Amino acid sequence: MVLRLHYNLEKLSMGLVGAIILAASVGGIVEIAPLFTIDETVEIPADLRVLTPLELAGREIYMREGCYACHSQMVRSLADEIDRYGPYSLASESAYDHPMLWGSKRTGPDLARVGGKYSDPWQVAHLIDPRAVVPASIMPAYPWLMRPLDTAGLPGALATLARLGLPYDAAMIAGAKADALAQSRPDGPGIQGFQDRHGDRPALRAFDGDPGRLTEMDALVAYLQSLGTQTAAASALLEEARHEP
Amino acid sequence: MHPSLTNAERQIGLGLAVGLALLGLAMAAMARDGAMAVHGAIALALGLGLVFRLGGALYDAAPAGPDRAARYDDAPTRFGITMTLAWAMIGMGAGIWVAALLYWPEGTPPWPATSFGRLRPVHTTGIIFGFGGNALIATSFWVLQRTARARLADAISPWVVLIGYNLFCTWAVTGYLMGSTQSKEYAEAEWYADLWLVVVWVIYFALYLRTLARRAEPHIYVANWYYMAFILVVAMLHIVNNIALPVSLAGAKSYTVWAGVQDAMIQWWYGHNAVAFFLTAGFLGMLYYFLPVRSGRPIWSYRLSILSFWGIVFFYIWVGSHHLHYTALPYWVQTLGMTFSVMLLVPSWASAGNAIATLNGAWGRVRDDATLRFMFVAAVFYGLSTFEGSFLAIRPVNSLSHYTDWTVGHVHSGTLGWVAMIIFGAIYTIVPQLAGREAMAWPKAVEWHFWLAVLGTLVYVIAMWNAGITQGLMWRTYDANGALSYSFLQSVQAMAPYYLLRTIGGLMFLTGAAICALNCRATLRAATARDLRNDRPLAAQPAE
Repeated sequence: MVLRLHYNLEKLSMGLVGAIILAASVGGIVEIAPLFTIDETVEIPADLRVLTPLELAGREIYMREGCYACHSQMVRSLADEIDRYGPYSLASESAYDHPMLWGSKRTGPDLARVGGKYSDPWQVAHLIDPRAVVPASIMPAYPWLMRPLDTAGLPGALATLARLGLPYDAAMIAGAKADALAQSRPDGPGIQGFQDRHGDRPALRAFDGDPGRLTEMDALVAYLQSLGTQTAAASALLEEARHEP
Repeated sequence: MHPSLTNAERQIGLGLAVGLALLGLAMAAMARDGAMAVHGAIALALGLGLVFRLGGALYDAAPAGPDRAARYDDAPTRFGITMTLAWAMIGMGAGIWVAALLYWPEGTPPWPATSFGRLRPVHTTGIIFGFGGNALIATSFWVLQRTARARLADAISPWVVLIGYNLFCTWAVTGYLMGSTQSKEYAEAEWYADLWLVVVWVIYFALYLRTLARRAEPHIYVANWYYMAFILVVAMLHIVNNIALPVSLAGAKSYTVWAGVQDAMIQWWYGHNAVAFFLTAGFLGMLYYFLPVRSGRPIWSYRLSILSFWGIVFFYIWVGSHHLHYTALPYWVQTLGMTFSVMLLVPSWASAGNAIATLNGAWGRVRDDATLRFMFVAAVFYGLSTFEGSFLAIRPVNSLSHYTDWTVGHVHSGTLGWVAMIIFGAIYTIVPQLAGREAMAWPKAVEWHFWLAVLGTLVYVIAMWNAGITQGLMWRTYDANGALSYSFLQSVQAMAPYYLLRTIGGLMFLTGAAICALNCRATLRAATARDLRNDRPLAAQPAE
């Protein structure tokens, strides 16, 4: 009888269209829709902070250069990964990531916990010529990152992300360009304003070693140093799990 | 293009070309600089080129004539195959170059546009969408007309689809070179390119349905079910995964509306079903037509083809979450993905088995005819890759294989061994017919291509299996003191011989594809007047 039904279905193009749409929709609806009951899926920790404008600019460079093709940002809940990289990643850690950069391949190591692991000068030297620091590295060199950072798009970027629900307020959007500059000039005049808007947790340093210039290197290193530091929830959870009997 | 159009159609085409040029001008003027301005200029140049081409031929004699309804419209297929082979050279060339850079990183030129991270999506987009997509569209027109025994519903739509689609591919890959990307794997193109593709896709599907409506056969042949599933589900995946908010309508930059774990799930729901409905369903449509035609044997089992079709359409959509084992994705979603991945083996092997059983009674032809052998090898690799895929989706196996080159090897056993092989089989079947010939201009070269392709695939895949398993084991090995035995860097150093081997395997595959391109060119240049008696619509329909 089923065969008979199909025999007739084959004569109806719109029947096939409807059946295909129906059959191909079920899986996606069952798996994706429940994830949007966000309270149960992702618990946003109280200490989760958004990226600063400079770090966001660095994230754009990270995506522009396709870093995600070789570096994941997702420590799996496996013993060797926790030992190698640090606490396994939580969903909440990427709750503000449009898009997520979990990656799918580790030609190079995972970067979810790389923030603070290496010094700024090491990151700069490594990005300009990886083999100068790690002779066996197969990472490409990025000498062009020492060019000036274009901050013109930052207010628009923050405003767009705010529309998507990220906690960037009007002052942060208006001050985006000034704050990008201020974060890379620890002795400059914009520090007070920066800390008023972004608090005292983001690092304030001349990331590329030269406070006189705001470069793409400043942005990318600021971003890399922020990875894994936006919330302490993951390490707290792992600590808690270790002390449970 | 213009010889297949009547004078009235050329006027419509001219109007569309002017529209494209104006769209490009508007994009370039609004954006002023950056990727969107360059893309506007590309659209403007293409539009103007088409204006000159069609405008120059506006009053030429139209050999298409009133009796063309009695013939199939194969000019778009011919163009589509040319673009397939052109993208093969671009996509495979970029792939070999980035593969070589992993062995020889000092070879990276000091320009941003030639860096590994920007060229890698040029390789993936060039192959999946450029090479695979053009082959799907070109063969779908061919198969649709012959299984419906009807001419395409109109003469302009197929050109709009093919030219529009190739504009999308060009926007995508040139965007990556300029650093414009959404950074969603296999969906890197920015928002305006995505919108453009939706328009092209709607025209494509409408053309498909309109032509089916004219069919002279009561039943819709199984190949068309697969092509329809490909068009429909790819549209669904593409639209949902690419919903984004542009920072400004005058610039390329946008932010996806999805974030974090939801984005990851949607991305891999898209990503794996791009494999399912782009790289599998469409190509099974190709297999279900060209394998019986070339072997002269009917499909072995009609029931099995129904089972496998609905099994693939229903099961595949669930499996994307197997890309996210042990991640922050909820455990139950991972488990569902794994379970359906294993179940998927049933319809996958039903298809592969049905294809191989179809060759029963034609094994002599498989031995003698390299074209049919391409299709046979494609079916075998399809079976092997789907088995490997189900295996890799099992959670503990995935803990070893994920993030390693094993995944890369798995993907290439599917794309080189299955997708590319069936494309070449289809091309070697169609091109002589387009040229009105019995065989390709250089039949021996098909043999050379076949063996280069098979050997290249095996070298590549075996190198990547070794690479991936080595990496996975090195990352998780502990010494007697309970410390990790190897640094990450040691695992990188261990990859060198495999990365060299895979580059050589890829180079062999590209050499074969280049031989194919030259052979097709020689064949089409040696075209003869064509005998249409056995290859025409069943009933001549009134001109549209």
